[in-house]
Amino acid sequence: MPAEHSHEHTAGAHRHPVDFDPTAAGPDPFSAERRADRPLRIGIGGPVGSGKTALTAALCRTLGAETELAVVTNDIYTTEDADFLRRAAVLDTSRIEAVQTGACPHTAIRDDITANLDAVERLQRAHPGLELVLVESGGDNLTAVFSRGLADAQIFVVDVAGGDKVPRKGGPGVTTADLLVINKVDLAERVGADMSVMCADAHRMRGDLPVITQSLTDDPSAGDTANWVRHRLAEWSRSDEPVV
Amino acid sequence: MTERQHPPPSGPASSLAVLALADARLPGGGHAHSGGLEEAVHRGTVTGPHELREFLRGRLHGAGRQAAVFAAAAAHAAARKAPRRCWSELDTEYDARVPSPAQRAASRSQGRGTARAGRTAWPSPALRELMSVTDSPHHPLVVGVLVGASSLAGPKDAAAVVAYLSLSGPASAAVRLLGLDPFAANAAVAAFEADTERLARAAARTAGLPAAELPSTGAPALDLLAQAHRKHHEEEVRLFAS
Ligand SMILES: Nc1nc2c(ncn2[C@@H]2O[C@H](COP(=O)(O)OP(=O)(O)OP(=O)(O)O)[C@@H](O)[C@H]2O)c(=O)[nH]1
Ligand SMILES: [Mg+2]
Repeated sequence: MPAEHSHEHTAGAHRHPVDFDPTAAGPDPFSAERRADRPLRIGIGGPVGSGKTALTAALCRTLGAETELAVVTNDIYTTEDADFLRRAAVLDTSRIEAVQTGACPHTAIRDDITANLDAVERLQRAHPGLELVLVESGGDNLTAVFSRGLADAQIFVVDVAGGDKVPRKGGPGVTTADLLVINKVDLAERVGADMSVMCADAHRMRGDLPVITQSLTDDPSAGDTANWVRHRLAEWSRSDEPVV
Repeated sequence: MTERQHPPPSGPASSLAVLALADARLPGGGHAHSGGLEEAVHRGTVTGPHELREFLRGRLHGAGRQAAVFAAAAAHAAARKAPRRCWSELDTEYDARVPSPAQRAASRSQGRGTARAGRTAWPSPALRELMSVTDSPHHPLVVGVLVGASSLAGPKDAAAVVAYLSLSGPASAAVRLLGLDPFAANAAVAAFEADTERLARAAARTAGLPAAELPSTGAPALDLLAQAHRKHHEEEVRLFAS
């Protein structure tokens, strides 16, 4: 069971049409592209082995029936993640694209997103009704975040097994991701991780941004995270309204 | 647009567009390509700075020269507002000079990426014309068009950019794959200053030829490495896309 619930009301719901904050770096309100013209792209990042592919598979299982979705994987060294998803048969094979990252997984999701955009576009062409594309990054370090040019929203997945110090260490993944998922809470006791410390640190580092704790072993449907994604999808389709 | 004056062919490449296009940080998808180096490493052909240098020599005079010839021709065509037919001829003729399907695919994928970056940074009628022929043009053509759109640069600059990229891509892949001393890898690239200059000048001299008459520089070994890379990726995984 999740130890706490996410704060759904935070992520951009109260954004004003004109923002005079010079440090605000939100999406370009004058972009010619209407958001609903293309699927919502959600990045799933985080350190190696934290459960990104397991979460991606869970989201496919839970949302696959209600949403037209596809997945792009960025394996560092193998096509392991894409193969896993294909084997798990959570999604039709034609809805899974694997990107080669030239030994630099963070470059492919942040500095040069070309290969990922190509993969997304291939999926869009093959599946015109696509509503959601999940982009799983290769396992990387705490500084690896998705470029806003690639992901409209991003989930950062850390796990309990990495130690309860991880949220405290910060880094842009932990501090700025639209959602922080602390995964594998079923293992907390065994690795001596203190969940209350992890959650308190996470909230301290993230301010109002939401945190979800989950165990995919206990809840293979990733219920809370799936709900968060549903809310992002609903926001995305509403943003079809003309920009004021 | 008015007819442009190109700087003399010996002038230094100083336009910002030229520098940015040659920069490995250009977000055009180049970082995922090793130009055959990964396959060569896998075979034990390249293990250190010495072999890297030999590899780069072959790369520059094979793939690099071919790319330079077409980048120069594209820059020439862009400056003269060439008609659409000219772009489809250049695209086809480049295809004809690169026998390996894997190399052609790598070139088109980088061309598409560079065009995506170029549409935002250096839009031009010539780029639109080229993109109307195919949404994945060959990389040297895209570089040629983007350089050709700058009033400060010309065919020789375009040739120098792709010739340099034919070296810098594999060199940086060698650092990542072999843990090679980055200074040694950088020095291996720098050693080709004179070769690159000669090659770029030669490419500029042929830039005005009809597409079908542009020189062809075969590099059979690179073609074979590219094919083997693709085959091995299907079997056992490679880090780079080429
Ligand atoms: N106990 C437990 N194990 C989990 C949980 N979630 C994932 N795992 C396991 O953790 C291991 C790594 O999970 P993956 O989903 O492959 O992790 P990843 O982040 O995609 O890994 P990389 O892509 O290699 O960075 C797998 O063996 C999963 O079965 C969880 O909630 N609890
Ligand atoms: Mg994974």
